[in-house]
Amino acid sequence: MRFRLTFWKVVFVLIMIWGAYSTYVRFFHGLGAVSNMSDTFPWGIWIGFDVLCGVMLAAGGFCVTGAVHILNIKSLHSIVRPTVLTAFLGYILVCVGLMFDLGRPYNIWHPMVMYNPHSVMFEVGWCVMLYSTVLALEFSPIVLERFNLQKPLKVIKACLIPLVILGVILSTLHQSSLGTLYLIMPTKLHSFWYTPALPFFFFISAIAVGLSMTIFESSLSSRAFHRQLELPVIRELGRALLVVLTIYGLLRFEDLFRRGQLTKVITPGYEAYFLWLELALAVVIPVALLSRKKIRMSANGLYWTSVICLMGFITNRLNVSITGLEWWSGHHYIPKWTEYGITAAIIAMGFFVFAMAVKYLPIFPAEEGHAASPVVGGRHSLPDPQLVEEEVVHAGD
Amino acid sequence: MSKAILYDATLCVNCKQCESACAQKNHLPYDDKVAAEPVQSDHKYTVVLARNDKYMRRLCQHCEEPACVSVCPVGALQKTALGPVTYDVSKCMGCRYCMAACAFAVPKYEWSKLNPKVQKCIMCPDRVAAGQPTACAEACPTGATKFGDRDALVAEAEERIRANPNQYVPHIYGLHEVGGSSVLLLSSIDFGEFGLPMNLPTDPLPQRTFEVLSKIPDFVPLWGLFLGGVWWITHRRDEVAEAEARVPRGGGQ
Repeated sequence: MRFRLTFWKVVFVLIMIWGAYSTYVRFFHGLGAVSNMSDTFPWGIWIGFDVLCGVMLAAGGFCVTGAVHILNIKSLHSIVRPTVLTAFLGYILVCVGLMFDLGRPYNIWHPMVMYNPHSVMFEVGWCVMLYSTVLALEFSPIVLERFNLQKPLKVIKACLIPLVILGVILSTLHQSSLGTLYLIMPTKLHSFWYTPALPFFFFISAIAVGLSMTIFESSLSSRAFHRQLELPVIRELGRALLVVLTIYGLLRFEDLFRRGQLTKVITPGYEAYFLWLELALAVVIPVALLSRKKIRMSANGLYWTSVICLMGFITNRLNVSITGLEWWSGHHYIPKWTEYGITAAIIAMGFFVFAMAVKYLPIFPAEEGHAASPVVGGRHSLPDPQLVEEEVVHAGD
Repeated sequence: MSKAILYDATLCVNCKQCESACAQKNHLPYDDKVAAEPVQSDHKYTVVLARNDKYMRRLCQHCEEPACVSVCPVGALQKTALGPVTYDVSKCMGCRYCMAACAFAVPKYEWSKLNPKVQKCIMCPDRVAAGQPTACAEACPTGATKFGDRDALVAEAEERIRANPNQYVPHIYGLHEVGGSSVLLLSSIDFGEFGLPMNLPTDPLPQRTFEVLSKIPDFVPLWGLFLGGVWWITHRRDEVAEAEARVPRGGGQ
C-alpha cells in the first residue's frame, strides 16, 4: 500500500513535534520550565484535563458494557467493542498523562506497596489500576480472536459477567472519587462547585458523558471508516442521555438552590460566566435539543448534541479543577504552550492508536456485503433532509 | 504529651533570627536576598511578615488532623505523636495533592528541579524527639517564638490575652482552625492582614473526604449484589422466553 499524505496526517505529525519538544522540556528542565503551575496553583490542565476529563471521557466503557451485559440491552451489542477500545485507550492515556504530571513519575507504583486508605488519591489510584486491568481483559477477546487463540478466549468469555460487574463497581468508585478529591478544599474551591454532592455529580455526569461519547465516537467512526452508522443504536443512547441530563440538571439546580447560591449565580462575574457556559453546554442546550423528536431521531442532531454535551462536561471538570480555584490563588492560571503540547500529543496519540486498532483488529462487526468497500454518502454523512424526514416519520420513538 | 509552638507577634522585633536558624537547621541557603523574600517557598520554611510595625510569623501550622497527611496516597507525610508533621521524600511520587489540599498553602514545590521534593517546615522532629525546642524557638531572642507542651501554651496564650486585652485581638489562631494545630499565633491586629485564611471551619478537613471513603466497604458488596441481581433478572427473562418457545403453550408433557 502506498503512503498518502493527507491533511490529518500532517496535523498529526505537527502535533507530535510540538509534543516531543514539550516532553523534552518536561524531562530535561523540569515542571517549572514546561508549565505555568506554581505553588499557588499546583494542579494545572494535566490534572484538570488529562486526568479528570480523560477518565470522564472513558466512561462509555462501563456504561455500554453494563447496559449490554447487565441490563441485557442487546441492541447496543455492536458498539461494545469500539467503546471498550476507547475506554481502554483512555485509561492508558490518563496514565501516560500522569507520568508527565507526577514530580517523581518513577515512583508511580508506590501506592501498590505504601498504603493510606484515608487518601482519596490512593483509592483513585487503585481503582484506575484495577479497572485498567479489567478493561484489558474485556478488550483481550478482540486480540485473541485476531490470532485465533481459542482456549484463552473461552476462559475470558466464561468470566465476562463478573468482569463487567467488577468494571461497573470500580468505575462507580473512581468516577465519583475524582469529585471526592475536591471535598478536602472547602475553603479553596468556589462555592458554585464545592458541594458535598460533588462525588455524586461526578458519577451522574460520567454516565451522561459515557452516553455522549458513545454517540460521538460511533458517528465519527462511521464517517472516518466509511461504515454504516448504527442509527437505531445511537437513538437509544440519545433517549437515555435526555433522561440522565434532565435528572442531572434538576439535581444541580436543587443543589445550588439549597446552598443559597442562586442569587450569586445570576450575578454576572468571572465564576458566574463559566458556570453559565458549563450549564448551558452540558444541560440546557442538549436537553432542549433532545426534547425535539426531529433532532433526537436524526444522525446529525444526535452527533452535534453529543459534541455540545461533551464540551459542557469538559467545561465542568475544568471549572472544578481550575476556574473554581483561581479566586483563592489570587491569580489566573493560563497553561503554557508546552503544557498544551503534552495534552495535544496525548489526544492525537489516542486518535492514532484508535485508527490503527480499527484497521488491524476486529473492532467493528463485519458489515453485510463488502466491509472493505467504503460506503460513500451513507446516511451518516450529512444526510439530506428528505432522508432524515423519512427516518423521523418511520421511527418508533 | 504533644508539643507546640506559640508565636506572640507583640513580642516580635522582626530580627529574623528564626528564619536564619531554620535555614541553617534544614541546610537551606540564607543571605540578605533570601531574608528579604516575603513568602514561604521551597527554600524558605518560615518567614516573618511585616505590615508597618506589626509582624507575623508564618510556618507550617502542624495541624492536629492535617489535610496533607490524610490526602497523601503513599503516606509520605505523617503526623507524629509529639506534634511535628514530617515528610519522607523516598515515598513521595510528586502528585502535589498535599499542596492542593492544605488550607494554609504551606507545602511548596521544587518546580525547577528534576527530582523535586515537597518543602515545608517539619518542626525539627529530631530535636523535638530529643526533648529540645525547635531551632527557631531556641534562636528567638525575645521569646516571641516559644516551644513547649501544647496544653500549657494554650493556657499561657489565654492568660496573655486576659491580662492585656487591649494588646491582642481576642483570638488564638490555631486553637480551633481546622480542628486545631500545633502552632498557635497571637496578634495585635487581624490575622487576615497577613494573608492567614479567616474562612476556616473548626472541623478537621480530612473528615469531609473520609465521610465518603468510609462508605466504600459497605457500598461495594451491596452495589455488586444489586448489579448481579439485575443481571440475573434480565437474563432469566431470556431463559424463560426461550423455554416457552421450545415448549408450546398449553402443550405440557
